[in-house]
Parts: sequence; structure tokens; C-alpha cells
Amino acid sequence: MNFTLKVWRQAGPQAPGRLVTYPAEGISPDTSFLEMLDIVNERLIAKNEEPIAFDHDCREGICGMCGAVVNGYAHGHERRTTLCQLHMRSFRDGATICIEPFRARAFPVIRDLVVDRSAFDAILMTGGYISIRTGAAPEANAIPVPKENAERAMDAAACIGCGACVAACPNASAMLFTAAKIGHLGLLPQGQPERFDRVRTMVSAMEQAGFGSCTNHGECEAACPKGISMDFIARMNLDLIRAAIRHR
Amino acid sequence: MVLDGKVPEGPIEQKWDRHRSRLKLINPANKRKYRILVVGSGLAGASAAASLAELGYAVDCFFFQDSPRRAHSIAAQGGINAAKNYPNDGDSIWRLFHDTVKGGDYRAREANVYRLAQVSNAIIDQCVAQGVPFAREYGGTLENRSFGGAQVSRTFYARGQTGQQLLLGAYSALLRQVAAGRVRLHRRCEMLDLVVVEGRARGIVTRDLITGKFERHAGDAVVLGTGGYGNVFYLSTNAKGCNVTAIWRAYRRGAFFANPCFTQIHPTCIPVTGDHQSKLTLMSESLRNDGRVWVPKRKGDTRPPNRIPEEERDYFLERRYPAFGNLVPRDVASRAAKAVCDEGRGVGPGGLGVYLDFADALERLGRPVIEERYGNLFDMYKKITAEDPYGTPMRIYPASHYTMGGLWVDYNLMSNLPGLFVIGEANFSDHGANRLGASALMQGLADGYFVLPYTIGDYLATAGKSGIDTDHAEFVAAEEQVRGRIARLLGIRGERSPDSFHKQLGRLLWNECGMSRNEAGLRRALEEIPRIRDEFWRNLRVPGTADTLNQTLEKASRVADFLEFAELMVRDALHREESCGGHFREEHQTEDGEAKRDDERFAYVAAWEFRGDGAAPELHKEPLRFDHVKPEQRSYK
Repeated sequence: MNFTLKVWRQAGPQAPGRLVTYPAEGISPDTSFLEMLDIVNERLIAKNEEPIAFDHDCREGICGMCGAVVNGYAHGHERRTTLCQLHMRSFRDGATICIEPFRARAFPVIRDLVVDRSAFDAILMTGGYISIRTGAAPEANAIPVPKENAERAMDAAACIGCGACVAACPNASAMLFTAAKIGHLGLLPQGQPERFDRVRTMVSAMEQAGFGSCTNHGECEAACPKGISMDFIARMNLDLIRAAIRHR
Repeated sequence: MVLDGKVPEGPIEQKWDRHRSRLKLINPANKRKYRILVVGSGLAGASAAASLAELGYAVDCFFFQDSPRRAHSIAAQGGINAAKNYPNDGDSIWRLFHDTVKGGDYRAREANVYRLAQVSNAIIDQCVAQGVPFAREYGGTLENRSFGGAQVSRTFYARGQTGQQLLLGAYSALLRQVAAGRVRLHRRCEMLDLVVVEGRARGIVTRDLITGKFERHAGDAVVLGTGGYGNVFYLSTNAKGCNVTAIWRAYRRGAFFANPCFTQIHPTCIPVTGDHQSKLTLMSESLRNDGRVWVPKRKGDTRPPNRIPEEERDYFLERRYPAFGNLVPRDVASRAAKAVCDEGRGVGPGGLGVYLDFADALERLGRPVIEERYGNLFDMYKKITAEDPYGTPMRIYPASHYTMGGLWVDYNLMSNLPGLFVIGEANFSDHGANRLGASALMQGLADGYFVLPYTIGDYLATAGKSGIDTDHAEFVAAEEQVRGRIARLLGIRGERSPDSFHKQLGRLLWNECGMSRNEAGLRRALEEIPRIRDEFWRNLRVPGTADTLNQTLEKASRVADFLEFAELMVRDALHREESCGGHFREEHQTEDGEAKRDDERFAYVAAWEFRGDGAAPELHKEPLRFDHVKPEQRSYK
């Protein structure tokens, strides 16, 4: 298969960026999107040009390291798919493919397609945990968890922290990311003691990190490679109101 | 030199408890005066960094990804073992210990494995308390499933994402300590050398991958939790960034490298499709609970699987190993798959694949149950291959997955260099010559949560404060060397990319030092590796500069270390003239093709000491004693 790529090239955080056109020819349909970029990069190295910088690691859709906006979609057009799991067979032969970094004020570009997502850690640092010391845990089966809650908590905990929700949101909001962690811990009995403090500190940290607010576009859920539901945002908002009432 | 593993005296059941209560302690008010450098943020690194910070130590944590949550532990799918015996099927600490020693083909240290089994239950308690959403029964209690190499169900799991959930648990504990100011995170920061002063580990030299800045970090102890070296094969199930650099640099500074030839080839991976392939994807071993492995009985049978009648199928694992069937350990399953493919009965392109068939399970349990158990794995398979495993059997083939070898450590997880501790997959581990499924997560967390925090205190209490700062001549010299090496990589200006060398090395090792090995092949590899290395240093091309994010440069530096390490791995495989676990020497097999150990000559840990570039490494042995589990020919029939 043959493609024409338009790739965002930016030498550093302060440098201006621009779209540069590269041919990607003779690509097998079984090639993954990142392997296609590998091939293009090998050809760039052969021409003594600097390869396209992009983040990636596990290449099986779980580490959350990869991600780019492909033809306007975070992680590309396939639903519930990370960029590393997107295969070239899902593109039309001869297509032009536009590749840009995830864009958000809270995710500054480092180089080309690589962005800084440490703002996500900053949110979780303020409460995305259960305060338990190593060694202080009670016997595991002493805390029964209804199967339904465990499953629902797992639905939220499946978040891989890739940032596609932020990239897809017109407001660059991190609501889905934040709500997923709050939902995961808030649905479990272990998470109850800190539940309302957690929602207050994490939402405030999210705002301070420069993410926008939610206006219910729903782009986040559509872009999420793990299919995390917006229902968790509603749940988080309800907890936030409860927290405000309790706090008064 | 005969190495001493420093196993404490006393009955095996009491060794750890007695040892623990005799270890020296540090006053709580003094702990903050000790700085510990933890390299790696996976299950071992994150759990260690968090637990040490909770105790009050000042901790620095280094990792090359953008967040600690990206570490490759995240990709573990199937589960984590513990001896809880919740299903009431006869499990016990003793049985977990026994299965692990036997599964490792009697090449692990008994006392370590016993301790691992002992602390396994506390790990589950800890993870549940952190909010890890393990699978539950309807009554709200924890659910278990079975895994390879065991006849009890002792594996806890969170769908097909157990590693992810356990890592997120350790990561959340780590972030709590970062917020408390007790851990400093060093993102996108790669360790490039270990600093040793008068025989003790005193710090590291790192490179900031974004700015290219070299930094010296001094500490009272250094902890490496930097994972395994499975990527030496180029194609593996490891994440692309996994590398041998940290432990290889430590080896070059005097730490012994143990059993480098013990590599695990996992039986259930998606087969290679072509040259473009950059990595292989694992399909969790848990699939073997309900999937049946088969190939056609007839050579060259190219009919689609659904057209091959039952009587013309060979369920070779069930046939050869009736007692364990599809759940034989990984090394056994991988070799059996290779054997049928070598006979010409493999399926799919190139004949390098076998079927993993869920038709019976779908009929017996129904689609909703299979979806609940394996839904995400089936989806992943479909995305990669464009085939629907609900309708047609999966095709699988073995791939490099885990490495049992690593830096040698004593019972306290300290290497032969005082002050250098090695945890998780990076050490030579409790898995002997073959790791059982769901035991890597167990070991990573055991080391980080429940072993290292005790033993490191004893070292610090005995050794005292380091008192050496980063202006010391050894720090200056180490940084100079690292700078020089990076400049050299950029200065070659040859014609080939780092990946092209990595692929060449990987192919060579897969053929000569992979699932089966023989003397002639290993000797060929020993001749070929230096040639590839020579060309690398003459003909490498790395565009760009060192003072900015340069991913080609990162790769080149890692490939350079793989090219040195590969030689040690092959040398170790050549010296071990027996078959055990994942190390299968064709010259040493039983009549029916099983691995044949030689306990008379090889019941030891082979620990190699660096003697300089161009010089042969020196072999040291730690003899292994089996007082509790009697070594026998492993049988899963």
C-alpha cells in the first residue's frame, strides 16, 4: 500500500512547528501504524535526515505511551484502539494521512509528536490513591466487594492514562481521566474513607494544571481506547456536590 | 570463587522470620538522612520506592518513560499467584514453594523460593487494600483461576490486565510519597553507569533524555529494578524500550551476572507476519485454561481449520502430557510447538504456528462466559490479525518473553557489590531455569514490598552514611566515560541504523541461542557477534545531536550494550552442558525429547565476572542444595 504522510515536525518546545510531507510507499497491510512510522524513519535515517520523534513502548495497547491525532482523530479513526493497535489495512490505499501531536495547553509539545503528560501524574498525586502503608493491610477476604461493584470499578480502572480524552475534547478537559480514577476508588469499600476529600482535591488539581472544563461534548468517550464511559463524569460531579454539602 | 548466598540458618519455614527479627534497624528519625536511588518504576521499583519512602528514607526514582505507570509490568495479563487456598483445593505455602522449585527445573535457591511463597499472601492483602479491582465471586470474595505448572487454582486476576492493575496500585502508593515530598521522580531519565567507590555502589550517572544533560547522583544505596533483557532477541513480547543497559553497566563495574542463558520463550504469542514486525504480542497463558492446542495430523495440510475433522487433528499437548494437558509449563509447551512445526505440521504463513481453539469451551460455557474471561484478549487478537477467534481458532507461536537470568544477588537481594541491590526481573531470580505463569508479578512485589525494605535497612545500619558526594573522582570519571561513549556513537557517521544491527543480532540469537541450542550453533554465534559489534562501531549512523530528544541515539546506546551482553549469554549457554527449563541443549535430551539435567555437574548458579574488554569473563559458582524438594526428572505426564 502507498500513503502520503503529513507529519507535524517541531524541533523543540519553543521552536515553531509545521506539517512536512513524506511518502510512505510499499507498506504491507499487516503493518501497524507505528511500524509504518518505523519504516518511514528508517528511510529518513538512510537519507541522513532526523527521524520523526514519537512516543511508544509496549505496542500492545496497555502502557498508554503512544498517541497522536491522525486525520483529526486521537489514536486514529478506529474505535477503542490505541495508535499502536491501529493497522494500515484500515486505511484506503493511496490515502493522505495527517499526523499531529495531542494538543492541549496542559500537554506542551516536547518534539514532533512527543508531548509532556506529566500533568496527569500531578492530578493523581493529590488523591488518586488509598492511603495504606505497606504491611498494614487486613486479610484480603475480610473486605467483601459485590461482584457488580468490582466489575464497574474495573471498567474505570482500565484507563491507560494516554491523554486521548484531553486531545479529543474541544476544551482540552481532563474530566474523563480524573473521573475514571475517582470512580474506580469510589466504587470500592476500600476507597470510602477518603472519597469526598479525594474528589475535591483532584478536581481542583485538574483545574490548576491548565485543563479546561467539561461541556458534555462526549468526544472523550468516543476517543477513549478503553471505552471508558462518561457516566463516570456524572458520578464524579455528584460526588463533588455531595462533598461540597458535607464540607459546609 | 565459591559464592555464598548468605542463606540464614534454621528450618526453612523459620529462616525468613528469624532473619527478619535479627536484621539491624535504623532509628525512625535517622532514616531520612539516608538517600536511596531506585532505578526503574515497574512493580519491583515502584513498590520498593513507595515502601522505602513510607519508612522515612529519602528516595530518588529514575525511569526512561514519561510516567512511572508506563513501566512494562503494566503489560502482564494473566495474574498473580498466592498460596491463599481460597478454593480449598489443597494449596499451601509448601505446595507453591514446591511447584516453583520444580517448575524452575531445580536451578533456584530453595530458601528464596520458600520466602517468596511465604510473603505471597501478604501481597494479595496489600493489593486489595490499595483498591486493586481483582475478579470477585458473587458473594464478594476473591476469585481464582488455574495456570500452567500447577494443579491448584491459586492465581488472582483482574480481567486480562492484572499487571496493569497491580502496577497502578504500586504507582498510586509511589505518587502518595511523591506528594509527601519523600520521593523525587526523574522522568525520561536513563541510567548509563553505576559509580563504584572502593568496592561499594555509591551512585549513578544518568542522561536526561529531553535535554541530553548528564547528571551524577550520589546515594547510600542503589537499587536496580530495571527488568529483563528479552529484547536481546529484537522480536519479543517486551516493550520496545526494555533493555539490558542498567544491569550491563553494573556488570561492567563488577557486579556478577548470573545465568544469562536462562531465557523464557512463551508458547502463546501471535505469530510473526513479516519483516516490518517490531514486536510480538503475547496472548495470556490463562487462555490455555479453556483453549485446546492442536495441529493437523498430516504434514502440509492447508485446509482451513474448520474443515479439518476431529480425527485428523493432533492435540499434541493433551496427547504427550495427559496429566497437565494444555497447562504444562511454558518451556515444555514451547518446545512441543516447535517440534510439531519442525515436522512440517505448523499452520499459517511459513508454517510457524499452532492452533489455540476455543470451540469446545464456547460450546460448553457459552460466549458470555468466554467474553468475561478473555474478552480483551480476543479483541486484541482480532485487531492485530483481522481474524475473529470466536469463529476460527487463534494461531499462536512461541516468542521471547521473560529472562530468569540477571544480576546475582544473595538472600538479602544484594549483589556482590555492597550497596547495590537488585530486585524483580533484573536479578537472577527465584525462578531457576523456567518461570511459572503468574509468578513474575508475585516476585516483583515480594521483593519491593516485603523483602528489600527490611534487608536494605540492615545494610545501611551496618555500612553507615556513604559520605561520598558527586565531586568524587570516580563520579567525575564515570561521567566522562558516559559522555565519551555518547559522543562516539554520534561521531561514527556510518550508514546503518541501530535497528538494522539490532535485527541482525536478534535473528542470530533466535536461531542459535533460542528455544533450542547446540554446541556448533553457539560457537557460530560466538564468532558472529563480535563481527556485528565491530561493524556497529564502524558503520552506525545516528542523525541529530545529543542535546535534545534523540530517540535514535537512545536506541543506539541500548543496542551497543545488547551487542556486548549477547556474547555473555551465548558463552553461558555453551558452558552449561545440560538441558534445564528454558535452556535446551539438543545434545542433552531424554529419549522422548524432554530436557535432561545433569545435577552432578551443573547444580549451581553460574555467576560471571567482567574481566575487561576482550578478556574472557570469569565464572564463579554458587552451589545449589536441595534439602526439601528432591530433584527428579520433571514430569508433567
